[in-house]
Amino acid sequence: MHFPILSIIVFIPLVAGLLILLYKPDQKKAIRVTALTAAALALLLSIIVYIAYDKSVGGYQFLEQYKWMPFLGISLKFGVDGMSVPLILLTGIVMLTGVMISWGIEDRPREFFAFLFILATGVFGVFSSLDLFMLFFFYEIAVFPMYLLIVIWGWIKTREYAAMKLTLYLFIGSVVSLVGALVMYWASGLHTFDMLLLEHAHFTPEFQKLWFPFVFLGFAVLGGIFPFHNWSPDGHVAAPTAVSMFHAGVLMKLGAFAALRVGIMLLPEGAKFHMKWIIFLALVNIVYGAFIAMVQTDFKYVIGFSSVSHMGLVMMGFATLTPEGLTGAGVQMFSHGVMTALFFAAVGMVYDRAHTREISELGGMIKFLPLVAIGFIIASLVSMGMPGFSGFVAEFPIYMGLWKTRWLIAVIAAISIVVTAAYILLVVHRVFFGYMPTKFEGHIGPINNLDKMALVLWCVIMIGLGLFPSLMVPWVQTGVQHVLALLGGA
Amino acid sequence: MSAIAPTTILAILPEILLLVLGILVLIVDPFWKKDESRRAGLGWLTAGGLLVIFAASIFLARPGSEPQPVLGGMLRHDWLAFAFKIFFLFAAAVTVLFFVDTEQLNRHAESYLLLLAATLGMCLMASAADLVMLFLAIETTSIPLYILAGFLTQDEKSAESGFKYMLFGAMTSAVLLYGLSLAYGFSGKTDLLELSASFASFSPLALGTIFLILVGLAFKVSLFPFHFWAPDVYEGAPTPVTGFLSTASKAAGFAVLMRLFTTAFPAISKNWTWILAILATLTMTVGNLIALAQLKDEGNIKRLLAYSSIAHAGYAMIGVVAFSEMGIASAVFYLIAYLLTNLAAFGIVIALSRVVGSDSIAAYKGLSRRNPTLALMMLVAFLSLSGMPPFGGFVAKVFVFTAAIEKGWIWLAVVGVLNSIIGLYYYLTVLKYIYLYRMEGENEELHPVPLTRPYALALAVLTIGVIMTGVIVAPWVRLAMNAASGLF
Repeated sequence: MHFPILSIIVFIPLVAGLLILLYKPDQKKAIRVTALTAAALALLLSIIVYIAYDKSVGGYQFLEQYKWMPFLGISLKFGVDGMSVPLILLTGIVMLTGVMISWGIEDRPREFFAFLFILATGVFGVFSSLDLFMLFFFYEIAVFPMYLLIVIWGWIKTREYAAMKLTLYLFIGSVVSLVGALVMYWASGLHTFDMLLLEHAHFTPEFQKLWFPFVFLGFAVLGGIFPFHNWSPDGHVAAPTAVSMFHAGVLMKLGAFAALRVGIMLLPEGAKFHMKWIIFLALVNIVYGAFIAMVQTDFKYVIGFSSVSHMGLVMMGFATLTPEGLTGAGVQMFSHGVMTALFFAAVGMVYDRAHTREISELGGMIKFLPLVAIGFIIASLVSMGMPGFSGFVAEFPIYMGLWKTRWLIAVIAAISIVVTAAYILLVVHRVFFGYMPTKFEGHIGPINNLDKMALVLWCVIMIGLGLFPSLMVPWVQTGVQHVLALLGGA
Repeated sequence: MSAIAPTTILAILPEILLLVLGILVLIVDPFWKKDESRRAGLGWLTAGGLLVIFAASIFLARPGSEPQPVLGGMLRHDWLAFAFKIFFLFAAAVTVLFFVDTEQLNRHAESYLLLLAATLGMCLMASAADLVMLFLAIETTSIPLYILAGFLTQDEKSAESGFKYMLFGAMTSAVLLYGLSLAYGFSGKTDLLELSASFASFSPLALGTIFLILVGLAFKVSLFPFHFWAPDVYEGAPTPVTGFLSTASKAAGFAVLMRLFTTAFPAISKNWTWILAILATLTMTVGNLIALAQLKDEGNIKRLLAYSSIAHAGYAMIGVVAFSEMGIASAVFYLIAYLLTNLAAFGIVIALSRVVGSDSIAAYKGLSRRNPTLALMMLVAFLSLSGMPPFGGFVAKVFVFTAAIEKGWIWLAVVGVLNSIIGLYYYLTVLKYIYLYRMEGENEELHPVPLTRPYALALAVLTIGVIMTGVIVAPWVRLAMNAASGLF
């Protein structure tokens, strides 16, 4: 029995969250310190998992299994492969930086951090669960705190609407997948929810073709797939900064990841059959998302729709079912997570000071928030897919894989690169450069040290990964190999 | 007169002890009557007594692997009976704790006595294996509950509630009795096991009989379209009684339904499962939709919970429809989880309305600032009701759907799933009142909602129970599986 590192990672946030609830509401300092410590610990452990994962062996590692409901063949089974290891790391990063960014929350910080940490447990749980039932279990745990976090601490104008919309969309998606999963459970005849066994259940092609769309799309709702993406920009905008970061940075990956793990990996024949049209959905995501982002006047909505566009690339990478595409999608999930966390943090920092997000009313922020501006520009370059930044490492293989299978779609999708460059540069220009409206003179205070540390951390990661793709690509590749093996050949 | 065997005494130990406790309460009452400060003692005595019975039942009245006929086959001592009995005892103990600080209920020994009598009836319902015993058990349960529902004689709504409950109850009891007498007429037997021989093959008359019996039981568990009594009765009755009605009494109805249908009519199950499936669909949908409508104009939370509890009967029924060992087990598990959760929800309603004097949803504004702990408990209860992990409601729902899909009831599972989305909407909306909205023009800090000792104790136990059924699932499932396997 080795050190149960995965279950410790999964339950650290939960334990910390419960611990935080034991404090008195006005012990704000202690609450924040506890939160920061727990988040740092979780990040540390996820770095250890990332480094200790043996790429040369590949497959599922750090396996742990505990009986939970033996009557139905449910066990608490954890394990990570090359696809999930980067995502665990990403969650660790977003969690720590999320706490750093939320340091200044004054309204009921006790509940805020407790809910945020329960959410984090759900996220870690989904990424490391190898049991289908537990995957759902953690998936739902990741969804409901979102409602509270948005509705209580969100943007006052849209929070009630956006929070309910988000929760209902995600819940509908997950229960549709759940029905599919239960049907899989009985159809397999194995009486187990263990995904390692279900991978080899050999469902009939008819069965796979019938149920794949339900399972895949149900999860893909959380990945923001068109036409079920509508909840996501509203949710992003209404959420408080740290929650937007979690939401766009990690939660949307949850959907994409679960769609891959449950949809594509358990029903490979269905995937091959249905990807023909799912590729079009992803295409709409990419191009439509980019165009919609361009016409937004609200700073945060621009980023919200850019997430829709970028998550479309992940879906597109999956849909190619090629090694390049899948690898790109795997890296894109990580890269986009870090990038979008920075974006939303930057938006939050600007908004906290300017009290407006209308792009036309902002300007000249670089003078007072230089570090925010630099971070935002670096993230912009990532988002455009500039070589030398992590976005390139992610997007280039996706387009390569797409080119190999359907060159025409690759050409159309490439339009989005231009559009992305257009809107993101426009935002950079309007918000950070140009003339600062006089009403902001003297009102824009500097950001604190924790914010600075978070910004630097994100930039280092994005540039580091851009310059040294080998820091992540080999991990993802081992995961992709396994996926391809399940898909048969290639 | 032959001596009663010790095994028989152990089998009906909970019932015997309940009777003893009831007599004890009656004896003590006149001595404590004068002393105002001792009134609470009566409640603590009853609650403590129930706890002792609860513990004694768990340790002494545990059934063997084979069902044991008791008193000439009038009762059956098996895991199904055992599982339900201990939860009835638990629910009764919690309800007594809720009584303790409720004005008027705690002034009289009668309220405790009636509750004990109803609990006794429920225990008999869970184990009755003979038509006559069954009917007697149902009446033993119902009559005290009629009185309890109308216990607040000064309150018009309560009086209406009790009266309405009695009228509807008497009517459906008559229908049930008619069905039972038909069943007897067919077979000349009253023993459920022997009855099954006469229902071995389908005949329209057999189906008619089943339908009549079903009407009577559907009333008890408030299935659509026999649910009309529930909202009015739930709203008018003293809230602790409502909590008891909506959980233990409903579960007792299910216990009878499960035992009767699996023991007496298994051979023609194909002919009645579809009826139950349709009733379950309608019950869930109607219950949830009307619960949704309660949100308008910030309605009454007790009414909302009443309709939600109607919907929950529909979910539990999905397990019965599956008509398999797993199906029954999932229904039993569902009822366990639901019992804990709904009692918690009503407990919170009681605790709050005691302070603010209102059952309107609007009264919940700012609760998270007035009492964060109570708000958290409400969060747990409502999320569990909506079927979110890591609470009992999630596992229960998935379990029920799993059982349904095993037997090919995919559409029913889909209906259940869609319904849980409606449910989520209104549960979350109530949570919004608690966490988001503020009291108008008031500082919440100045309006705390203190919990008295019995409430704090009961709610803490219930909240832990709700979390336990969702996190450490295996023991509860084992209990439910044992209960189900005795029937097949």
